[in-house]
Amino acid sequence: MSAAAPGGTGRSGGAEHFVSAEPFDPYSIETLSVEQERYYLASQWRMMWWRLKRHRLAVVSGLILAMLYLVVVFAEVIAPYGVHSRNVEYVYAPPQTVHWVRDGAFVGPFVHDYDVTLDLEHLARVYTEDESRPMPLRFFCRGEPYRLWGVIPASFHLVCPAKGGVMFLLGTDRLGRDVLSRVVHGARISLTIGLIGITISFLIGLTLGGLAGYYGGWIDGLVQRLIEIIRSFPELPLWMALSAALPVTWSPIGVFLGITVILGFLDWTGLARAVRSKLLALREEDFCTAAVLMGAHPRRVIARHLLPNFMSHLIASATLSIPSMILGETALSFLGLGLRPPITSWGVLLNEAQDINAVALYPWLMFPVVPVIIVVLAFNFFGDGLRDAADPYRTD
Amino acid sequence: MREAATGRRPNGRRGREDLIRYLAHRLLVMIPTLVVISALVFVIIQLPEGDFLTSQIAELEAQGESVNRDRIEFLRREYGLDRPPVEQYLRWVGGMLVGDFGYSFEHRLPVNEVVGDRLFLTFLVSFATIVFTWLVSFPIGVYSATHQYSVGDHALTFLGFIGLATPNFLLALVLLYLANVHFGTSIGGLMDPEYLGRPMSWGKLVSVLEHLWIPVVVIGTSGTAGMIRRLRANLLDELRKQYVVTARAKGMPRLRLLLKYPLRMALNPFVADIGNLLPQVVSGAAVVSVVLSLPTTGPMLIDALRSQDMYLAGSFLMFLAVLTVAGMFLSDVALAFLDPRIRFEGGRR
Repeated sequence: MSAAAPGGTGRSGGAEHFVSAEPFDPYSIETLSVEQERYYLASQWRMMWWRLKRHRLAVVSGLILAMLYLVVVFAEVIAPYGVHSRNVEYVYAPPQTVHWVRDGAFVGPFVHDYDVTLDLEHLARVYTEDESRPMPLRFFCRGEPYRLWGVIPASFHLVCPAKGGVMFLLGTDRLGRDVLSRVVHGARISLTIGLIGITISFLIGLTLGGLAGYYGGWIDGLVQRLIEIIRSFPELPLWMALSAALPVTWSPIGVFLGITVILGFLDWTGLARAVRSKLLALREEDFCTAAVLMGAHPRRVIARHLLPNFMSHLIASATLSIPSMILGETALSFLGLGLRPPITSWGVLLNEAQDINAVALYPWLMFPVVPVIIVVLAFNFFGDGLRDAADPYRTD
Repeated sequence: MREAATGRRPNGRRGREDLIRYLAHRLLVMIPTLVVISALVFVIIQLPEGDFLTSQIAELEAQGESVNRDRIEFLRREYGLDRPPVEQYLRWVGGMLVGDFGYSFEHRLPVNEVVGDRLFLTFLVSFATIVFTWLVSFPIGVYSATHQYSVGDHALTFLGFIGLATPNFLLALVLLYLANVHFGTSIGGLMDPEYLGRPMSWGKLVSVLEHLWIPVVVIGTSGTAGMIRRLRANLLDELRKQYVVTARAKGMPRLRLLLKYPLRMALNPFVADIGNLLPQVVSGAAVVSVVLSLPTTGPMLIDALRSQDMYLAGSFLMFLAVLTVAGMFLSDVALAFLDPRIRFEGGRR
């Protein structure tokens, strides 16, 4: 307990042993610079944040995800058209190009109107850009009316077509619906399905993994066997079988919830394994033994000492398993076993691009795959960064 | 545990006994797993309300056609649909054990005859995909690890990520289109139409190979990315170890060093990974074969699920599960041969 006296006159010579009565402040000898103090006294979450910030790809991915979820909230404002608005005059119209310069002068973004001719030989409409009719885009404008979140009536849009004109930056589908608007609206379903699904799988994984790790014994064995069985079953056929079992009489929203639950119910195995192994390892740590010896209640040991230790890991691995759910929903809807119109998700949109004709004639119908790829990549990189940051005390 | 291990290690015969005991243990574990899976599959195919016959009656009546009640009742009794579920389950499982997979209502044939060589083709596609995944990810993984943070490493990693993130079915569509435009490969199927139903010949084999590469590449992409990442991480861990530094300091040539020690160590997880890879491959194959209309289990499974053709769907699900479980067993066997530590633990994982 005694602190080494400054100056150290202690044992040298025949002087008697001296202990200073002054209160000792260790920082008076090893003064911490402001930097060091900030570092050593930082909380775990603050250090995780610092480490995450160093992972540039993860930060960029996080920003992209934040923006996408903003789009989810304000889909109606951002999409220039409604999700079901048809433009019968423009069926399978190709994407327009945004031009900036007209006759050598900069005039701001505008698109050209279409010239439609009917190709009687192939029974198809042929669209060409009519250069004589520019249609400037309007920003922060009033356009097609909608109900924000299905409640508030409004007509404000971020960007609208010229008055009386059209704007199909990503073309239109077989009913003349704007692909861009549908992609924006589809984000709502596709991105929430991952979040709801992961919440379900998180709860199941935490409970079952926690039980297995804390009680051990036959409960552990049972959960382990269950995990092995579920993991040895190919995911997608199982999803397909379960979603085929959803009653056809259910409303589209019911089907949506059903699919989400199915996705979540089969995804928890990885999380449960992580929880179990972490719990088993941490139970043996000194700080845990100390807490038990000091008479802490098991509930307090778990909640105060064990859980915070691996919560960050769990969040990271949960982030990493969202992409598989998004891809799963996309595949199911693409096969026609998942969500059904009028619910619009990226998978439902891709369902329209199912046959080879779409690839050959209307390749823009495949555009919804771009946001899918971006989201999956972003979640992957963000989750990687989170996982690295989850243990800020590790040095590498 | 440790004493036992050191006692056994020099003795080859005891080591072999360990291996056999381990394999026997793994084989025995498979049985309850398959029983539970078969029960799960049965519950799932029973989940939709009614059965194939009721939905068919409803459909026929909706079309205003008369329903031959006697025939329906006969079928229902013949296939035990009026029995309690437990009895139906036991009949189904008992039949499967002797190679009788039940009756397909949709096709009005025993499942065995409907399925034909679909199971074999599914197996072929899955096997080819795994070989492809290995062939591609092994050199790339080694290159990425030995050239960490080089341009090539970043580019290959990025490519792998793109493969991971692109939905399989779309990649399949695009490749199919490109193959049709550039190589004139016929659209859909596993061979040119003219070879359908013909006996095996050189031309048919070539035609199958011409068609096989698209599903193999498409299904392989998602698994390849994961394999590359894991091999790279494992090899990097090995390369940082002190024995590598020592060997380098003693002047061991780089390539020989790499091949002799770290690569072998990094190879074990590679073999073990087949267990993780198989469910993924089987899943991917199911979707991709729908898009490419391959004569494998995928498209027929979906039809069977939609029309509640329960024995057909159940047999397919069961087959896919058995394929996966057997594949995992094989990968465990291979691992036990490669890595003595595993068999010394005697199956206690």
